[in-house]
Amino acid sequence: MNKLLPPETEVSRPFWDACKQGELQLQQCQSCDRLQFYPRAICSHCGGEGLLWRPVSGRGKLASYTIVQRGISRAYEAPYYVVLVDLEEGVRMMSSLVECEPGEAEVGAKVEVLFQDWGEGHVLPVFKLRDE
Amino acid sequence: MANPGSQMRGKVAFIGAADTEVGKLPGRTPMELCAEAALKAIDDAGLKKSDVDGLLSCSSMAQPLMYPAEALAEYLQMFPRYCMAVGAGGGTTFSAIHHAASAIVTGMADVIVVAMADSMRSGLTRDQAMQVQATTGHPEFEQPYGPTVPAYYALIAQAHMAEFGTTSEQLAGIAVACREHACLNPAAQMRDPITIEDVVSSRMIADPLHLLDCSLVSDGGSAVVLCSAERAAELRDDPVYLLGAGEGHTHEHISAAHSLTTSAAKEAGERAYQMAGLGPKDMSFAQLYDCFTPTVLVELEDLGFCAKGEGGAFVDSGALKPGGSLPVNTHGGLLSHSHPGNPGSMFALTESIWQLRNTAGERQVSNAQHGLVHAQGGIMSSHTALVLSRDGG
Ligand SMILES: [Zn+2]
Repeated sequence: MNKLLPPETEVSRPFWDACKQGELQLQQCQSCDRLQFYPRAICSHCGGEGLLWRPVSGRGKLASYTIVQRGISRAYEAPYYVVLVDLEEGVRMMSSLVECEPGEAEVGAKVEVLFQDWGEGHVLPVFKLRDE
Repeated sequence: MANPGSQMRGKVAFIGAADTEVGKLPGRTPMELCAEAALKAIDDAGLKKSDVDGLLSCSSMAQPLMYPAEALAEYLQMFPRYCMAVGAGGGTTFSAIHHAASAIVTGMADVIVVAMADSMRSGLTRDQAMQVQATTGHPEFEQPYGPTVPAYYALIAQAHMAEFGTTSEQLAGIAVACREHACLNPAAQMRDPITIEDVVSSRMIADPLHLLDCSLVSDGGSAVVLCSAERAAELRDDPVYLLGAGEGHTHEHISAAHSLTTSAAKEAGERAYQMAGLGPKDMSFAQLYDCFTPTVLVELEDLGFCAKGEGGAFVDSGALKPGGSLPVNTHGGLLSHSHPGNPGSMFALTESIWQLRNTAGERQVSNAQHGLVHAQGGIMSSHTALVLSRDGG
């Protein structure tokens, strides 16, 4: 049984291609300079259509977290973390926290990105706690 | 400035309300439950089905239909001139009521039945139940990480705890208060008393939410009948008036929410209060969407019953319990009365109508004058608040 795989689109493909190269990239609007996540065909702030892909630090803080005690399917071995990460560049994304025991995470904790194989050639960004 | 809704205020009233049995009802389809509720509500209004010219419903997970409202009309052999299914998750009920009120005021229909049912408990196959879990959330940027429905709400609870020092015991207090109300309601699915200790020692589902922080999974149906305030006053001496209605919509996916601890219940409430010309202090009770305990915490704050961050202390004060300063979910809520999915908040609405008719039996709130009902759909995404009253003025 496979984990759920992200259904890529033409617009989002560069995000996933960058993940396969071990890099986190976000769209940046050429008109208003804002970064956005998730990827869209237009800038959700100003409507600009000129969007460039820009590498970002992959560092951030936990906005919140939970530990799922009963997995969504057999492919997800519980317990596992589901987290919201605020990247240093100002966008929020859902992800997993890995290499972290229950009780170690807290809201506000510093994290950094790493990349995990998700099956069938997909690579997803996940996070781990970052030491100072 | 936005139209505050003075054309709607007090112009629409509820004249019928009915629930089916709730809980585990094997062998009964959502359509059967929906039809039963609709006919009972029409009967409660003292009308015949031929008097009804508007019909609103919602989709059911156990019996997915392309056109559920039309299918219900066909099943009952009703031929409305206004017919629509609303899909806004848990917010469906009050979005539908907001639409129905607008349809009455604008003359799209004179007498509208809103009927909803589902069989989440007995009617879903294991695969369907898994599908419900797996299709919540953004398919590309959330679902692959394996969040369950409780996990999304756990993220809200954890953020509230970190920001304001809210405790698991305070969340548990919400479940306990709902259960105390349910104990007084012969129709409620769960009627055994529980303690805070019971809640915090129940199985962890998604930290910090325990099993008893999570709502029930139920079968059941419910319906109401609405018409103009003028017609309502001719039909019965205790119509319940719609004084205020307001909505707020900020996101679909929790990772795109502007805030984890403040929701669009705030805008929904402000709009409903403004239309009604009333405020939170005027409410005799509140029925707040309680799919998981943290939603009630955030809603108490956002709807103005206490300051932001003080929801935990407000729960500790005992306000939510029977006889408290703000009884919440007087039928037992989704936590202890029933939660058949999209129709869940219908039971909070019928309960509010009975409270304002002064016919709620042992659980009657004394001198109930005005009540606030609220529902949200998605993950704290789309919110609708209604102010109901005994008084149409
Ligand atoms: Zn822009």
